[in-house]
Amino acid sequence: MTASTLEKQPAPRASGAAFILKKATISALVALVLFSLMIGVRTEAGPQGGLIYWTRFGDLAAIVAAVFGGSIVVELLRQWWGPADRVRVVPPVVQNALSLAGRLLAPALLIFTFLVPVIFYDQRYILDLAILVLTYVMLGWGLNVVVGLAGLLDLGYVAFYAVGAYSYALLATNFGLSFWVCLPLAGILAAFWGVLLGFPVLRLRGDYLAIVTLAFGEIIRLVIINWQSLTGGPNGISGIPRPTLFGIPLTPGEDGLAARLGIEFSPTHRIVFLFYLILALALLTNWVTIRLRRLPIGRAWEALREDEVACRALGINTTTTKLTAFATGAMFGGFAGAFFATRQGFISPESFTFQESALVLAIVVLGGMGSQLGVALAALAMIGGFELFRGLDQYRMLVFGIAMVLLMIWRPRGLIGHRAPTVYLERNQAISSDLVKEGHG
Amino acid sequence: MDYFAQQLINGLVLGSIYGLIAIGYTMVYGIVGMINFAHGDIFMIGGFIALISFLVLVSFGLTAIPLVLFVVLLVSMAITALYGWTVERIAYRPLRHSFRLAPMLSAIGMSFVLTNFSQVAQGARVKPVPPIITGGYTLHEGPAGFVVQLSNIQIIVVLATVVLLALFTWLVSSTRLGRDMRACEQDQTMAALLGVDVDRTISMTFVIGAALAAVAGMMYLLYYGLVDFFMGFVAGIKAFTAAVLGGIGSLPGAMLGGLAIGLIETFWSAYFSVEYKDVAAFSILIVVLIFLPTGLLGRPEVEKV
Amino acid sequence: MSGDTILSVDGLSMRFGGIVAVNDLSFDAGRRKITALIGPNGAGKTTVFNCITGFYRPSGGSIALTHDDGRTIQLERLNDFRISKQARVARTFQNIRLFPGMTALENLMVAQHNALMRASGLTFLGLIGAPSWRSAETRAIDLARTWLTRIGLLERADDAAGNLPYGDQRRLEIARAMCTEPALLCLDEPAAGLNARESAALSELLLSIRTELGTSILLIEHDMSVVMEISDHVVVMDYGVKIAEGTPQSVRDDPKVIAAYLGADEEEALAVMESGT
Repeated sequence: MTASTLEKQPAPRASGAAFILKKATISALVALVLFSLMIGVRTEAGPQGGLIYWTRFGDLAAIVAAVFGGSIVVELLRQWWGPADRVRVVPPVVQNALSLAGRLLAPALLIFTFLVPVIFYDQRYILDLAILVLTYVMLGWGLNVVVGLAGLLDLGYVAFYAVGAYSYALLATNFGLSFWVCLPLAGILAAFWGVLLGFPVLRLRGDYLAIVTLAFGEIIRLVIINWQSLTGGPNGISGIPRPTLFGIPLTPGEDGLAARLGIEFSPTHRIVFLFYLILALALLTNWVTIRLRRLPIGRAWEALREDEVACRALGINTTTTKLTAFATGAMFGGFAGAFFATRQGFISPESFTFQESALVLAIVVLGGMGSQLGVALAALAMIGGFELFRGLDQYRMLVFGIAMVLLMIWRPRGLIGHRAPTVYLERNQAISSDLVKEGHG
Repeated sequence: MDYFAQQLINGLVLGSIYGLIAIGYTMVYGIVGMINFAHGDIFMIGGFIALISFLVLVSFGLTAIPLVLFVVLLVSMAITALYGWTVERIAYRPLRHSFRLAPMLSAIGMSFVLTNFSQVAQGARVKPVPPIITGGYTLHEGPAGFVVQLSNIQIIVVLATVVLLALFTWLVSSTRLGRDMRACEQDQTMAALLGVDVDRTISMTFVIGAALAAVAGMMYLLYYGLVDFFMGFVAGIKAFTAAVLGGIGSLPGAMLGGLAIGLIETFWSAYFSVEYKDVAAFSILIVVLIFLPTGLLGRPEVEKV
Repeated sequence: MSGDTILSVDGLSMRFGGIVAVNDLSFDAGRRKITALIGPNGAGKTTVFNCITGFYRPSGGSIALTHDDGRTIQLERLNDFRISKQARVARTFQNIRLFPGMTALENLMVAQHNALMRASGLTFLGLIGAPSWRSAETRAIDLARTWLTRIGLLERADDAAGNLPYGDQRRLEIARAMCTEPALLCLDEPAAGLNARESAALSELLLSIRTELGTSILLIEHDMSVVMEISDHVVVMDYGVKIAEGTPQSVRDDPKVIAAYLGADEEEALAVMESGT
């Protein structure tokens, strides 16, 4: 079949200038009504306490004009690109080249990541950003176990991140335990909370599960805010110990790493150390996940996503299977949380809002559910893109929301729309995401 | 006892507002099968539009408060309904037959858009208004000097809710649009084959849901005397809890659930702790879903094998 | 309970609210035999299956499964996944329930979950790649390969199950159930939607499962040519009760059965009898 036979043009669309103008005019009118009061009039508490308002018709006109122009551009693009639902056949040559590039991408990316501290040693900003990206890569990979593999929609993943962070912060500040002792503890505690949450909600499906996990995440955050004697409430916990290289602190002091190695101390050492620490944690997450997928438990997770009833008929205990998925995902979230706490040195409930859960979930879904490489790319794109708008400050979340909507419309099944089989006899061929189910829970 | 009676009144008023928002969730869930995450923010937008149109009208010299409020109600219902329509058109319609997670994330994204749009457009600070409707009735004066009061605004909130609910029930049960909605709820493909304009019906569902949310937003403004850009999130989750508690897809259920959540929250604040009132509401959501997954008035779901 | 009976259903009833789907049903299924459960649509056959395989909890009655070693398990007391895991009863579904996004081979690997879980030391041995786990995995792949060969799908082992033609999916689902190494295999309309050639291949497969592997089979089927050809014993249901049972021949000639199928219309009944032969 050739591309031309498939490009079945639906009923000829009106494509003339008149049609485009009409559409743009309607869009502009809608925008005018929508924004007339919200943008055209600005309210604020006045000096005497009462509300005052002033008009901003200039801004309103600008926005409406932008919608008019934007609508024309979008319509022109749409006609140039053709109907959105058309089947596009990529020539085999291009496909092969793409798949080769895809296979080379992961190792290339990994090597580059290892070299980041070398290349950007003097650029603290880039190192910090890279640490942030890796943190989200790790969170994405952790949540991927729950959402991508087991098909359980979790909107409260940030709760486990918070449990991990507060576990480390509290254990370290109250009992003086070191990071390396706290890290596994934070993971275990988070996994414990994962089971605790998982147990009652196992019977729920789909959106109900999503909303309950969201509620759970909010409960954890509200408890952290209100249980001031333990968590410091909204003020958070500060003075969280920095990690050590197996007991050797990265400080300028005499017993610091720099002094012991006989090199000059630089604060960048700590940053580089943190970078490799989170890289190691993320790679551990990745390695464990890839291993688990090839084990019966991982296959059971995927089977659960595909068809829960069939799983039961095959003698798979769906309860424990779901719980292990929750616990595994939560454990990685807990690790990431402990890392977050030690990196920041300070944590407060503000870092664990629903927005974080949504961000991580967006990374997983945009990555293409279940694809490790896709999640890494999505984390890079989302966090990197988010960073580009740092200067815009209050517009940042607005842009993030718009990006989320557009990305979902553009690629509802994510960047990497294939599933790799876990075992094969002859050919290791990817499975199109159209066949892969997304789970009911 | 007097304290209890007063809390009962307060709880019913709060519950009416939740119920109005919950109807929007329940309708959309019934017809499209998705949680319209942005619905809480539509409620917030409704509150803002009511506030702004009120300010503008008053500054034009209109002083007849009932007339002003009536115009404000119409304006805020109309504009907010258009917001509901636009949200569906932009963020949900392209994803209607897609993968289940995509519309959910798109909805979450839309919720962020609306929240932050209001923050950018109207500033982050809370917008207070002086009491617009004052006065009320003293129902009972206790010996200790505690007075049970029913204020006029409370009466208006409850009355508006009852009238709207009646109107809405009539709409769904006795009009062409209502019939189309119920048909789409059962089977969209079949409805389309029988000549129901599915796109239009779904759009109308969002429009009506948003209009009711606008009423809730205006009532909230009148009752609490303030709006802020972040009020949609928590109110939205609570209203969704109400919809689930009542049995999602059921209109009387949404109202009943709203009242239940309003009462629980008010009594929890009154007798236990104000700080944990949201925790109480969310815990109830979890408990309800575990023990009563189909809600109070929902239809039980039988698993087909 | 004799040694020749693997499954003994006694006084089974299932009610949904006020509706009685199965009423006081009793029948036996023979060991290493193929027992067919037939009846018009809505007779309650699938409900019986769901009771046997633990998807429904019966309102009354008992379902006893006797293993080769004489161990008897009351299925109505087990539920859910335990029926397959402990009583070793496997089933297929009327509307195929494969894992469409997983390959044919993966489907068969998932079926060996419980054996593989033990072999992987509840994941921990598997995570470190212990040799015992590796050999267990190889054995599991070999079993899957054997079944793929048996159903003629070895070539398509690495294709997504959802991409296979309908008839292949039916056979794969049976192979998947067999990979759990069941004592009793329950098939819910395995020939539905198959053409004549595929039906014949199915009959052959089922006969080989019975004769070569000695697995007992209980099947629901509408395709009378399959039922007549392979069944050792036929149980006929209508409106939730048993109306006849016996050899395929005796059942086919039973006027009550004909009446049940065709609402007492003799001419149509005769037509069906013709086509059944």
